[in-house]
Amino acid sequence: MDFDFTEEQRLLKDSVDRLIADRYEFEARKKIMAEPDGWSRDIWAQYAELGLLGLPFEERHGGFGGGPVETMLVMEAFGRGLVLEPYLATVILGGGLIRAAGTEEQQAALLPQIAGGKLLLAFAHVERQSRYDLFDVATTAKPSGGGWVLDGAKSVVLHGDCADKILVSARLSGNRRDRDGIGLFLVDAKADGVARRGYPTQDGLRAAEITLSGAKAEAVLGEPGRALPVMERVVDEAIAALSAESVGLLASMQELTVEYLKTRKQFGVTIGSFQALQHRAVDMFVSVEQARSMALFANVMVSETDAAERARAMSAAKVQIGRSGKHVGEEAIQLHGGIGMTMEYKVGHYFKRQTMIDLMFGTADEHLAKLARMGGLFGAAKAA
Amino acid sequence: MDLNFTAEELAFRDDARRYFRKEFPAAIREKVEAGHPLSKEEIIASQRALNARGWAVPNWPKEWGGQDWSPVQFYMYQDEMQQANVPAPLAFNTSMVGPVIAQFGNDEQKKRFLPRAANLDDWWCQGFSEPGSGSDLASLRTKAERKGDKYLINGQKIWTTLAQHADWIFCLCRTDPAAKKQEGISFIVFPMTLKGITVRPIQTIDGGHEVNEVFFDDVEVPAENLIGQENKGWDYAKFLLGNERTGIARVGVSKAKVQRIKELAALERVGDRALIADEKFREKLAAVEVELKALEMTQLRVVAAERGQAKGKPNPASSILKLKGSVIQQQLTELAIEVVGPFAMPYQPVEAGQNEPVIGPDYATEAAPDYFNYRKVSIYGGSNEIQRNIVAKAILGL
Ligand SMILES: Cc1cc2nc3c(=O)[nH]c(=O)nc-3n(C[C@H](O)[C@H](O)[C@H](O)COP(=O)(O)OP(=O)(O)OC[C@H]3O[C@@H](n4cnc5c(N)ncnc54)[C@H](O)[C@@H]3O)c2cc1C
Repeated sequence: MDFDFTEEQRLLKDSVDRLIADRYEFEARKKIMAEPDGWSRDIWAQYAELGLLGLPFEERHGGFGGGPVETMLVMEAFGRGLVLEPYLATVILGGGLIRAAGTEEQQAALLPQIAGGKLLLAFAHVERQSRYDLFDVATTAKPSGGGWVLDGAKSVVLHGDCADKILVSARLSGNRRDRDGIGLFLVDAKADGVARRGYPTQDGLRAAEITLSGAKAEAVLGEPGRALPVMERVVDEAIAALSAESVGLLASMQELTVEYLKTRKQFGVTIGSFQALQHRAVDMFVSVEQARSMALFANVMVSETDAAERARAMSAAKVQIGRSGKHVGEEAIQLHGGIGMTMEYKVGHYFKRQTMIDLMFGTADEHLAKLARMGGLFGAAKAA
Repeated sequence: MDLNFTAEELAFRDDARRYFRKEFPAAIREKVEAGHPLSKEEIIASQRALNARGWAVPNWPKEWGGQDWSPVQFYMYQDEMQQANVPAPLAFNTSMVGPVIAQFGNDEQKKRFLPRAANLDDWWCQGFSEPGSGSDLASLRTKAERKGDKYLINGQKIWTTLAQHADWIFCLCRTDPAAKKQEGISFIVFPMTLKGITVRPIQTIDGGHEVNEVFFDDVEVPAENLIGQENKGWDYAKFLLGNERTGIARVGVSKAKVQRIKELAALERVGDRALIADEKFREKLAAVEVELKALEMTQLRVVAAERGQAKGKPNPASSILKLKGSVIQQQLTELAIEVVGPFAMPYQPVEAGQNEPVIGPDYATEAAPDYFNYRKVSIYGGSNEIQRNIVAKAILGL
């Protein structure tokens, strides 16, 4: 067992950390948010230059050949910087789905474009009724002239407003909540029958409502009707990546809070001298470390081929990240007092991003229930 | 011991219920129920409706529009008002500056300020906190220097709620820099339109504008605007803060929220059934309801103990109400997010005249902003840490 990074990983970490420190200072971030896309094309090009946009792809697809640890390093840095670019949507989700389900031709055509910063993607899976169930799909796909035509509505599509192409889950057959009968389709965002309404999310990132009315799919990914396992696997990768982002958020909140306790004076002393607050800060620290450990676990387990094992690990990570996140976030605000409540101070932005992460791909409570249904993590429960 | 209300008390409650639910303007109640922020005009209209019935300032002395109610009647008034989603009268006017002026002001001041405060003809804001003085309020530095028949005021306040709407501010200012910190403070009131006052908005994390910074740069205030005696302001501030003994728990507000969450959870579906049919969700809600009931009983005990006590004497038990009441309100905002699930993510502040349809269910818009905004209830009005210090010292003798 070795928790140390390789030389290459250290170099990657240094350059990403430097880029984020350089471009994502708090005031600079406000300006980026005010750009037309709500993020920066210029910084996106820098990610491409650094190889981040092809990080998980194979070298023959213009990639970096990185594994989960590399993704984890990048996502943690993105968490610290409160990065606004569509990395999760394009590289982790979009790129992940194409890698997992696309034919060699599709991969060779699309992945290099992503890596080069030329193609933005989004994954449209949430529907009005679906909540966190990936298999709950009412959008339909019907064969037509050798291709597919899609009808339905997708909600809260992360960065769906700027995507060039959208990966859409749609039902070919069966009932709304059947695990079988789901296909994954690539749709050009400008195709006839695609309508989008973009908006900011609570954390200052972007999403879109997307309506498909007889929209022609440009391609189908994987075997039509059997897309769910692939979608689940890529969502697991997204959970692992988000866990790492959370670690960046939580560690930042915890550090800001300790810093504040050391400098804020009331009653003639720094408030960090009150033991009541010291203990609270310690509990926050413990929470962050638990989250960090679970993010590591998630990133180790994300390449597990046994889908059930992997799902257990991802649910466990989502539970820990969600619980630590709520604890650390709420305490960070509380211990800052009024200043923590303002948009002018960084801590609240971390708190909001963390709150949104909990709402993505199932909350901590959802995953706790799921993990419990799967029998927990250790050993098998004896039948009663 | 008799935990039942008397027939008269019950009759009073029924009357209050009927008034709030049948006579009070329904449009305002619906907006509160939906969790949408009220406009300045609506807040004023709401208080004027209450005042027309003599119910804006029941806690004031009778000659200034107060009611001769027993503590139980006050409790019922508040509980029924909150459960009916009727907004409470503006606290700065009715439970802060009003009682202080009624108790410590001179006749001139009472006549000048009280009727207008009751009717929200003047909107008051509270200038206590400063950047360097939050929990340690007595360290405040805003200076008021006596110059002939005027005070010259210099300094800064922060977190001043709704200063952007305010006509008047009641301010704690240092009038004797040499005295012990609690003994050199005065309670001075003045119009927000005076020369030298600047209000700067602060946006809170929910995206709203409810707090401000207020700067004073050589503001000249007539000396007659001093309330009570010079350098006795700290006593008045303690009286003011001690006045809000029971309302702070906001039990009725939380009851209304529970009700609303149940209604909305019946509309939302998880898989093939309503969210409200989900055992886990129901357990979480029920757990909060248990805490809320216990809090209500605790509040009634505090109410009962209040009989015959002097007004404005802080009761340390009210710290329990603040501690529990704030956390329950916060927990309910989390459950409201759970109701709407992923639809809590879009940031879509409801603005007047907006005609784009809401993303997701129309009750989704305030879920996340409320959760963010309600972090404040454990910070302001004496933070929950300060409340614990009070209980440790005043009740436990630690
Ligand atoms: C939304 C909002 C509205 C407000 N409206 C008004 C208003 O209208 N008028 C007004 O005057 N003020 C208002 N306030 C200010 C409010 O009263 C202060 O925020 C509060 O007193 C805390 O002060 P602070 O923010 O400076 O935090 P600090 O006092 O700096 O506290 C920071 C942290 O340290 C803790 N702490 C401080 N001292 C101790 C101690 N001795 N032991 C243990 N822990 C301690 C606090 O609990 C907190 O967690 C408002 C605040 C908010 C957030």
